[in-house]
This record gives sequence, C-alpha cells and structure tokens, in this order.
Amino acid sequence: MSVVEPHIVVKGLDMGYGSFILMKNLNFTVNRGDVFIIMGGSGCGKSTLLKLLVGLKEPSRGQVLYNGVSFWDTDPDERDRMMRRFGILYQSGALWSSMTLAENVALPLEQYTDLSRTQIRDMASLKLALVGLAGFEDFYPSEISGGMRKRAGLARAMAMDPDILFFDEPSAGLDPVSARLLDDLILELRESLGTTFVVVTHELASIFAIGNNSVYLDVETRSMTASGDPKKLLAESTDPNVRNFLTRGEAGSQAESPVE
Amino acid sequence: MARAEVSVAESQLSLTRPENGALVIRLSGDWRIGHDLPNADGVAKEIESGSGLRTVSFDTSEITGWDSNLLTFMLKVTQWCAEKKIECRNEGLPEGARRLLKLASAVPERQGAKKESRREPFLARVGSGAMQFVASTGEIFAFLGGASLAFGKLLVGRASFRRSDLVLFLQQSGAQAVGIVSLISLLVGLILAFIGAIQLQAFGAQIYVADLVGIAMVRVMGAIMTGIIMAGRTGASYAAQLGTMQVNEEVDALQTLGISPMEFLVLPRMLALILMMPLLCVYADVMGILGGLIVGVTMLDLNPIVYLSQTKASFTLTNLWIGLLYSAVFGVIIALSGCLRGMQCGRSASAVGEATTTAVVTGIITIIVATAVITVVFSVIGV
Repeated sequence: MSVVEPHIVVKGLDMGYGSFILMKNLNFTVNRGDVFIIMGGSGCGKSTLLKLLVGLKEPSRGQVLYNGVSFWDTDPDERDRMMRRFGILYQSGALWSSMTLAENVALPLEQYTDLSRTQIRDMASLKLALVGLAGFEDFYPSEISGGMRKRAGLARAMAMDPDILFFDEPSAGLDPVSARLLDDLILELRESLGTTFVVVTHELASIFAIGNNSVYLDVETRSMTASGDPKKLLAESTDPNVRNFLTRGEAGSQAESPVE
Repeated sequence: MARAEVSVAESQLSLTRPENGALVIRLSGDWRIGHDLPNADGVAKEIESGSGLRTVSFDTSEITGWDSNLLTFMLKVTQWCAEKKIECRNEGLPEGARRLLKLASAVPERQGAKKESRREPFLARVGSGAMQFVASTGEIFAFLGGASLAFGKLLVGRASFRRSDLVLFLQQSGAQAVGIVSLISLLVGLILAFIGAIQLQAFGAQIYVADLVGIAMVRVMGAIMTGIIMAGRTGASYAAQLGTMQVNEEVDALQTLGISPMEFLVLPRMLALILMMPLLCVYADVMGILGGLIVGVTMLDLNPIVYLSQTKASFTLTNLWIGLLYSAVFGVIIALSGCLRGMQCGRSASAVGEATTTAVVTGIITIIVATAVITVVFSVIGV
C-alpha cells in the first residue's frame, strides 16, 4: 500500500453499558488496506468495540469517522448506506439457519442490486468458491462443520464487495490448520481487493501473521495502552501488560521472534 | 500417589512435639476421597492454644495415598497457621501435593470478586420496578411503531422480505394448524351443547341448543378458541425462532446489512397470521356447529335437518363479521406478542425459553382483554 489514507478514524470514544463505562477515550486511525487488529484480554471490550464500529451499538461519547464522515452524526439513511459497505464475519458465523448457503450469500445481493436471478446465483457460487466451498450451495448451515460455517460467513460478508471487512474472533473454534488457511485467505483478499480489515482476536499467531496495525485494550486501566504494528509492539513496547500479552505471559524471559 | 500398597489402612493423624515451639503432624494411611478423615479438631486446638509454637511441619512417610482430600486438610492447617503467624513447613509433604498447594495460593483471592447478595430496601425495589415497567412499555410502543412502519411500507409495496418465507409461514400457521383447531372447536361445540341442553331440556326447548351453539361459536367462541390455540402454537414458535436468531447473532447480521428485521422477519409472520386467523376461525365455527349437531342428534333426539335449519335461522352475517373481526385482531396480537418477545430475547438458551413462555402468556392475556374491550364496545354501539 503506497498511499496511506485514513479509512476509519476513532476520536475520543467512550463505550459502556448504561452507566458502566467499559473503555475510555479511545483514539486510533485505520488506514485503507490495513489489517487492523483489536487485541486485549478476555472481557476487555473487544467485541463491544467491534459492535460499535459496525453500528450495532451507540458510543457513550466520541466519534467514529469513515472516510471523514461521522457515522453517528449523519442521518439514518446515509448510515444505512455506510453500513452496506461493511462486511461482517460474526464469531459464530451467524448464517441464517433457515436458508441454504447460496441463499445466505445471495440475500444482500437480492436486496441491494438489480441483478437477475441467474446472475445472483452465479455470484453466490463465486463467493462460495473463493472461500473453498464450491459445491456446497444447497447445504444448510446446520449440515456443515464449524470451520466451513465460518468460511461461509466470510463468503456472505464479501457478497457486496465491501470496503471494510470486520472479523469477530475468526480463528475461535478452528483447528490450527484451518485457522492458518483463514489467515492466508485474509492476506490474499487484502492483496487482491485492497479491502481494509478490522479483526478482533487474541490468537498470537494470527496477530503476527496478518496484522500491520493494532490497538491494545487494557482491562485494568480501561483504556488503550498501545497501538501500532504488533511486531513493532513486541520489539519495542515497554508496557508490561502489552508485553505480557504478546509473549503469552513470558515477558520476563527472552522474547520469541514473531512468526513471519 | 504412585505408591501401590495393597493394604488399605485407615487415614490417621498424630501430633508430636519433639522440641519446644515445634509441632509435627504425622499423617499415615490412605488420604483419598472416600475414606473417613480423622478429626482435625485436635490440630486446630493445638495451633490455637499453642503457646510458644513457632513451626508446624509434617511427616507423611507412612501415607499410602492422597488426593484433594489431603489438600483441603492442608489448606485448613495453612490458614490456621497464617492466622496465628506460625511458620508452616510443608517439606514433609509429597512432592505433588506441595506443588498443588503452591498453585492454589499463587493467585490471591480477588477483592470484591465474591458476589454479595444484598437485599434492596422496599422503596428501592418499588422504584426500580416502576422504572422497569416504564422502560418495557416504551419498548412495546417502539416495537408497535416499527411494526406499523413496516406495514405501511408493505402497503406502498416497498417492504423487503422473501415471498417464499411468507408462503412457508402461511402453511405453518394455516394448513398445519387445521388438525388441532378441528379437535378443539368440535369439543367446544359439544361442551356448549351439553351445558345448554341440560338447562333447555327443563323447559322442553331443546331445539334452541342449535341457536345457542350457532350464535356462540360464530360470534365469539370460534375466534377465541382459535386465538388461544394459535397463541400456544404459532406465537410460541415465532418467539422461539426469533429468540434463537438473536442468540446466533443472525438478527445482528441482518441489521448490519441494512435489512430491517422488522420487515424481513416480523412482517411476513404477522401477515401470515392475519390472513390465516379469519380462515381458521370460519373453519372452527363450522366444526363447533358440527359438535353441537352431534349432541343434538344423539342426546336430544333432534332431527339433523331440523337442527341445521334452526342453526341457519339463527345465523346472521353481522355475527359472522364480528367473529372475523375478533379473529383478525387476535392474529395481530399473537403475531406481535410472539415477535416482540422473540426480538427482546437475551443471549442464552434459558432466555429463549423465557421468551417463549412470556410470548404465550402475553398473547393469551391480551386476547382475553381485547375480547372484553371489543365485546363492551359492540354492546354499547348495539350490534
């Protein structure tokens, strides 16, 4: 990525539930084409931050700007249009269980394009083939394995060729090989489509393999304590919690070299 | 733990004080779960009262087996020692037990982590109850508003839902409900006829059983019975379907695509029930009259033709319209309460169960209240 251009800007964001504040004063920028990792220990609010970024939850304070347009200050119609440029892969896949895989991928296309039935069907087959599920068009989500469901979820997230793809714990519940394949797929998509990725994860191998920018949410201080390239953070960060996280709690001992 | 001695000795405990200020606890026998432990009161007393006691140590050379049983005993002793500031030496323990003890005390108990059950004062509970009521009323009205908007979009032809979904719901809430509606309304017709027959026979006016059953079924009973059946059957299934979709983040997935769950999920379900309820209601009326006929013919020895012509004479279109109005209203109520509870569902398996229960309860209560209101209105305007 030669031209660095901010895609998502988060300014002074507070988030929480009711009067309970989960995270205070988040500030970061995601550039176009980044693979941006949201990391942190369990319960620190990673998934909540993701919900907030995709517009499912309103922030307590602060702003999220996409291409310079504030998401929460703009009118609802424009917000809907912005949301249509997002693709989201949920933790459980969240495929619509009453529809086949092809119908799942096709639904957004049916809703927002004027393509003919056959075109939509072809498009759905293409997206499924991209994630390695060619031939599974007429299967229902309950008939395939968890890893396949994740990949089908990715195919659905990519249906509308989104600008930004959000991933909630992509490798949770996957075996190491499938997780690796998913990582490769993410890198491949980034190279070929130039899509921006925002990934919530705490898989260290994934973080180092795919991330080129990140933010670390700290449970204790309820704020972001580090941001930047995770490999650089591993080498340079002085914050004990960040170091602990990135070295699986072996901060004191010799840091391992990151997985390339 | 690997000691494989065949003789299973009872666990035993003895205390010795080899020198001043030191206590040795000698453990022997089997200290595994399933064996009675010796009474530890002696140890406690010794430590509590131990004047000048400085160290406590253990001798486990004669122990034949141990597991968590030994560890819980050890934790107790360690705690007593800590309270009295006595040094507790555990070199004498088996290697594995020492490591487990270290592990158990590695992370100190988190302050405030234990949940306290605090009973709120009465006024606070009343207040929070009232606030919850206001909030949930607000939710209900927001849902009603959303549903109306979706309906408006349907009327101008811009609502986005899949026609195949609608057909499926029509089948589920219509054709597939025929069996149970037949059974229940036939029985209700029978019951009405029986009750009426006993009274009317006293005056020799058995023939009016036909009027009673006909008017009651067509005007209100057919609608109420189908309403209650459908609340238990379809309302519950709507709540469970939508609730499960909430749990699986499927509703979120729709929302982030910019597809309104109100139009896509709630509207076709509501439409299906509103269309099917009047049909089922008419069918229930017919079955109820059939039930009355069975009683009339078999118990009151009435001629079936006479019974039917009497029914026909008492039948008015006004009553039929009123019955259909009731059933359409019930259709809206059942669909709304089922969908509302489903959409409000939390993110756990028990929440889905709760949603289903409240959907049925809300549905049936609202049906009865609505019946009362409509009945009063009709009697006031004199139809």
